Amino acid sequence: MLRIDGVSKGYGEFSMRDVSLEIASGEYFVLLGPSGVGKTLLIEMIGGLVRCDGGRFFWDGQDITHVAPERRGFSIVYQDYALFGHMTVARNIGYGLWGRGLGRRAIEGRVAELAEMLDIVELLGRYPGNLSGGEKQRVAIARALVVEPEMLLLDEPLAALDTNMRGHLRRMLRQINRERGVTILHVTHDPEEAMAVADKVGVMLENKLVQVAGVDELFRRPSNAEVSRFLGMSNVLRVDSVSGDECIVCGESIHVSGAGERVEHIWIGAEEIILSDKPFGSSARNQLLCHVVDWENRDSLLCVNVRCGDLKLTSLITYRSFGELGIEVGKAVYATFKSSAVHSM
Amino acid sequence: MFGRRTGLRWCFEGMLVFLASLVVLFVVAPLAGMFFSTTFGEVWETAGDAEVIDSIGLTLRAAFFATVVSMVGGIPLGYLLARGRFRGRALLATIIELPVIVPHSAAGIALFGVVGRGSLLGKLVDGGLVGTSAGISVAMAFVSVPFLVSAARDGFAGVDVNLEKAARSLGASPGRVFFTISLPLAWRGIVSGLILMWARGISEFGAVVIIAYHPMTTPVMVYERFNNFGLAEARSVAVVLILICVSLFVLLRVFSGHLKETEDVRA
Repeated sequence: MLRIDGVSKGYGEFSMRDVSLEIASGEYFVLLGPSGVGKTLLIEMIGGLVRCDGGRFFWDGQDITHVAPERRGFSIVYQDYALFGHMTVARNIGYGLWGRGLGRRAIEGRVAELAEMLDIVELLGRYPGNLSGGEKQRVAIARALVVEPEMLLLDEPLAALDTNMRGHLRRMLRQINRERGVTILHVTHDPEEAMAVADKVGVMLENKLVQVAGVDELFRRPSNAEVSRFLGMSNVLRVDSVSGDECIVCGESIHVSGAGERVEHIWIGAEEIILSDKPFGSSARNQLLCHVVDWENRDSLLCVNVRCGDLKLTSLITYRSFGELGIEVGKAVYATFKSSAVHSM
Repeated sequence: MFGRRTGLRWCFEGMLVFLASLVVLFVVAPLAGMFFSTTFGEVWETAGDAEVIDSIGLTLRAAFFATVVSMVGGIPLGYLLARGRFRGRALLATIIELPVIVPHSAAGIALFGVVGRGSLLGKLVDGGLVGTSAGISVAMAFVSVPFLVSAARDGFAGVDVNLEKAARSLGASPGRVFFTISLPLAWRGIVSGLILMWARGISEFGAVVIIAYHPMTTPVMVYERFNNFGLAEARSVAVVLILICVSLFVLLRVFSGHLKETEDVRA
C-alpha cells in the first residue's frame, strides 16, 4: 500500500499543498484533473524523481521519502513514451534487467514473454524511431513491466493515441492490473478514461486533491460543483434557498428527496430528465414547463437544452423521441424528473 | 521560401540577398585569392618541407592532446551545466566562456603565471612548460575548451529528461543512466565539440606564441615566414594550414548533419 502524507511542493510559480492519499495494493487508481494542477509532479515525487518540500511517502508502512528512485520499484511510463532511441525494442524492454545478475538468456526470455503479452514480438529487432504511437506505448509498458514493479506509474499514457488504440490499451491495462496484480497509478485529464479503467479516482483541482472515491460514487456524488463541472456533468445548479425538501433554484422550486439545510448545489443527470409535449401524470414530483433553446449530438443521443425562466436544463433523449416530439427552437415542452434523481452536494 | 512576391517585397528580398552576398564574398574572396595566387607546385614543395611537416605534426599532436585531456573534465562539466540544479550555474556558464572574449595574447600572458618558470608548476617541472609542446597544449586548451564544454552542454540538454527519469525508475543508478542513456544520445554533439576544439586549437596563434615561439606550431610558422621571407613564402604554408583546418571543418559538418537526422529517432 502506498501512503502519501501531507506532501507539498513549490515549483516556480506553481505550488502544491498538503496532499494526502492512500492507494491499496493491487488497486487501479486514477489521478484525474485538468492539465497544470501538478498531477505529473505528484507521480514523479512518488517515483522519487522529484523531491518534495514537505510530507512523507510510505510503501507498506516503510518510509520511502528519501529512497532513491532506482530502489523504489515503481516503473514510470510517460505520455511521450520516453523510449531509448539508440537501442532496439528488445534492448529497450530488457533495459531494467541488466545489472541484476541475470544471464543473457534469462533476460531474453523475460523480454520475449512480455513482448508476447503485449503483442509486439515482431517489433523486437526494430528501433523505436519509426514505430506508431500505439506500438511505442506498448513497448514502454512492456519495458516498465519487465522489472516486475511494485507499482506502475502512468503519466497520461493514452493521451497521444487515436480512439481505437486508446480503447485497446485501456483494456490491456485493466487486464495487466487484474491478472498480474500490479498496483497502477494512472494520471489523466479525461473523466471518460478514468471511468473506463479506475477502481478509485482522486480528483485534483487547483493543486489540491479535492475528492477520492470509487468511480460509481464519484459520478453519483461529486463532492462539489467544481468537481461535477470538471467531470462534464450537466445540470449542476446553484441553490438559492432551501425549505424542507424544496430547493429554490433560479426562482423555480425543485423537490429534492432528503435535502439538507446546507445544500449549495444540486445535480440532475441529463438522462433522468424526460421531455414531453403534454404534462403526464407520474409519480415524479418535478414537472416544469420549458422552452427549447437548442440541441447538440452526443454519441448516438441528443442533448436538448431547455429553459424555464432563468433555469436552464439539459435533457438527453434519443433521436426517436426527438422526432416524435417535433423539437424545434422555442417549442414548449414539459421537463419531468423524480425528486430522487436530484442529487444534493 | 518567401511566398508570393509583390513589388515591395521583391525590393526587400533583393536588398536582403545583396547585403548577405557582401558578407559571403568578404569571407570567400581572400581565401580564394590566396589559393589562386599559389601554384600547386609551391604547395607541394611546402608540404614536403621537413620543417613544415614537423611543425604540422607538432600542431596536430598538441591540439589533439589538449582536446583529449580537456574531454575528461569538459564532458562532466557540460553535463553539470545542462542538468545540474545549483546556485551559480549561470555564472559558471559565463566564466567558462571567458576564454572566447579574452584577447588571446593576454590569455598567453595570464597562462605564463601558471606554467612559467616562477609558477608552482615551474618549480615542479624544471623550468616550467614554457617553450615545450606541453606548454603549447596548455595554451591551446585554454582558448578552445569553451567550444567543447558548450557543445557537450547542448548535446546533453538535447536529451529528453524523461528518458533519464524512466531509466532511473527501471532500476538504473545515476552512473548507469549517464553511461547508457545520456552519453550515447549526446555523443554526436560531443564529437562535433571535440572536432571543433581540435580545429580551434590547431589555428591558435596569440596564446601559443607567448608560451612557445619554439618549437614552432604552424600558425607561428606562417607569421615567422611572413616576417623573415615575405608574403609568398608565408602564403604557401598558410594554404597548407587552411587545407587541414577546412578538412576538419568538413568532418565536423558531416557529424552535425547526422546529428540533425538522429534527433527524430530519439522518440
